[in-house]
Amino acid sequence: MPIETIIGGWVATGLTLFIFSFLYKDNPLFKLAENLYVGVSVGYTIIKTYDTVVVQLIWKPIVENGEWTLLIPVAIGMLMLTRYVPKAAWISRYAFAFIVGVGSGLAIPRTISSFILKQIEDTVRPLLTLIPGEGVTFTWSLLNPASSVNTIIILIGVSSVLFYFFFSVEHRGPGKVVARTGIMFLMIAFGAAFGYTVMARMSLLIGRLTDLIEFTDPSYGRPSLWLAGLTILTLVVMARRSRSHPPEEK
Amino acid sequence: MLKTSASFVLGSSKSSTYPRGYASGFDSPAALLNRRFEHPALWKALMLLLMTVLSQSWSPVFAQTDIQTKTPLAPPQDVRVFDTPSDGGDSLTVIWAPAPYDSAAVRYQVLLSEGTSVADPATMKVVAEFPANQRYVRESKWPWWTRPATGDQHQYTLRSGRGVELKSGTLYSITVATVLNDERSIAAPGQAAPEPNWINWNQMNNLLLALLFGGIVFYAIGTARKREIFLRRIPGLDAVDEAIGRATELGKPILYMTGAHDMSDPSTIAAAVILGRVAKRAAAYETDLLVPHREPITMAVCQEITKQAYLEAGKPDLYKDDSNFFITSDQFSYTAAVDGIMLRKKPAANFFMGHYFAEALLLTETGASTGAIQIAGTDSDHQLPFFVTTCDYTLIGEELYAASAYLSREPVQVGTLRGQDIGKALILGVLGIGTILATLGILFDAQWPKLFLDFFRDVK
Repeated sequence: MPIETIIGGWVATGLTLFIFSFLYKDNPLFKLAENLYVGVSVGYTIIKTYDTVVVQLIWKPIVENGEWTLLIPVAIGMLMLTRYVPKAAWISRYAFAFIVGVGSGLAIPRTISSFILKQIEDTVRPLLTLIPGEGVTFTWSLLNPASSVNTIIILIGVSSVLFYFFFSVEHRGPGKVVARTGIMFLMIAFGAAFGYTVMARMSLLIGRLTDLIEFTDPSYGRPSLWLAGLTILTLVVMARRSRSHPPEEK
Repeated sequence: MLKTSASFVLGSSKSSTYPRGYASGFDSPAALLNRRFEHPALWKALMLLLMTVLSQSWSPVFAQTDIQTKTPLAPPQDVRVFDTPSDGGDSLTVIWAPAPYDSAAVRYQVLLSEGTSVADPATMKVVAEFPANQRYVRESKWPWWTRPATGDQHQYTLRSGRGVELKSGTLYSITVATVLNDERSIAAPGQAAPEPNWINWNQMNNLLLALLFGGIVFYAIGTARKREIFLRRIPGLDAVDEAIGRATELGKPILYMTGAHDMSDPSTIAAAVILGRVAKRAAAYETDLLVPHREPITMAVCQEITKQAYLEAGKPDLYKDDSNFFITSDQFSYTAAVDGIMLRKKPAANFFMGHYFAEALLLTETGASTGAIQIAGTDSDHQLPFFVTTCDYTLIGEELYAASAYLSREPVQVGTLRGQDIGKALILGVLGIGTILATLGILFDAQWPKLFLDFFRDVK
């Protein structure tokens, strides 16, 4: 087996176990993994940003293709650096205003499209169904999302949830009933989403455990076993030390 | 124009699944048998009975064959090729009239060629093929105000991709062919060049709704300036002051997060506005504030907001530039670092405002384990279940946007909230009226409800 694969196995196993040790309590091994993780990700981000933004989007188009108009966004971006000069720091607000303005301009039509029109389009459906050969009928199937009964459930759910988010109307009397119906629909949706996501997280855990089992193989030098021993030993030593030297109350 | 005559199609052995001459006159089986058997009268009677039974059971088959073979296979009529309106310049549309032979058995082919001169349309590249009873204008996404033809016309929009590349400004020849078995009848090609358009007229409803809602918000702001507008109590927001007070009593810091998105996201803007309120209270109570970031521009904006808040609280000397600090833009290393901060600094109050992804549960679980009071606010519907289960209070969806108005009571923000409520009431009305009209459309097989319903469709 190539040496880099073996080293990779040891690093992956070690970092997985060190991060898992956080489940017991904060400890030096977790701190090591945490700082390594943050440092590597920052370093990677800097290099990636330099390559994709400075080299690919600015340097090459301007120097090699002569796209001088790119100097305008570069100048706007440079305004942000004036924050490091206290007397000129106010200039950076123009750059931020530009970014927030463009962001809002892009977000408004997208929001109307996705969160208003699309939702209305999918909610407004006929309460009766046209079935070829049978004519217009009311369909009761709960398993068919397009059935008449599901259309009514969706309509009630959307309307009541929408009413729950009225802030300038007090929720009392009939309004309270509608708002409570809305929150019930929300909680049912949250419950379903929770269960679904927990199952997805389980599959991630299974993936890590599968790797740990694979790295117990002698061809890797059994990193899972050695590093699990090291992690447990560190936690035992820590527990003993904290018992003999309890931390001072601040 | 290539036109295949009806007699050729009917006479072609390839155009029918039955032997040549079978449908157009032949020697009857009884006549054939007449020459072979000794008792022709008996056999004639038997064969007559058999033919009667078979003719009943086979009549639909023969009828279908008649449609396929006797309807003349004419080329598509009224073929129009044009640049697709309201697009980015990478598509062409072809429209043609429906034909009497439109059925699943007959197929249409869309043919493409670059340039204006086409010597032989049969050599053009086939870019699409589908049954002749599909691809009508009524099935397209065009709303009624941009629909280029009546709903019964056929249409096909040709886009770049899948072996086809349409270049903006280049002239192309396009035509449509009718295909039945091995026979093909091609219409005269039309020419058009794809061009980008400045305005997407399909989304005119989007603009009108933006103007309508904008007008309503401005009206509501005007009303809020003249008189006080009622805002209902939001439990999660009342807890903000409680959490800051608790942190002050315990002498521990407040941890505030603005989410994963940048300043172009409304939830991040709302998180930044609420940060101003929290920072002002923290300054007044002289409580430490920690704001870890994973987006540099958001960090810079939040630094300004925090600084302003300390100034407004009359405690500019207490402001620390590093109360807002950048960790990393990577999702899980940021999470690991914030988890570490929670365990080591043990903040008494954790605020999770803005948009979150899979890190939500990892952050809030750790925060809950330290005993901090936790308040979350997000419009990330996938993460809301985790915040609801692990935080003391959760601002659900739009409550996050309402939070800043509720806290500040400024007329502009309160008016905006009131305007949004009016907008939501309008949407509720549209849902009710739209459902009734859609049902009437089904009941009476009518198209007129679309005049209303199309206006509230998301047409890209």
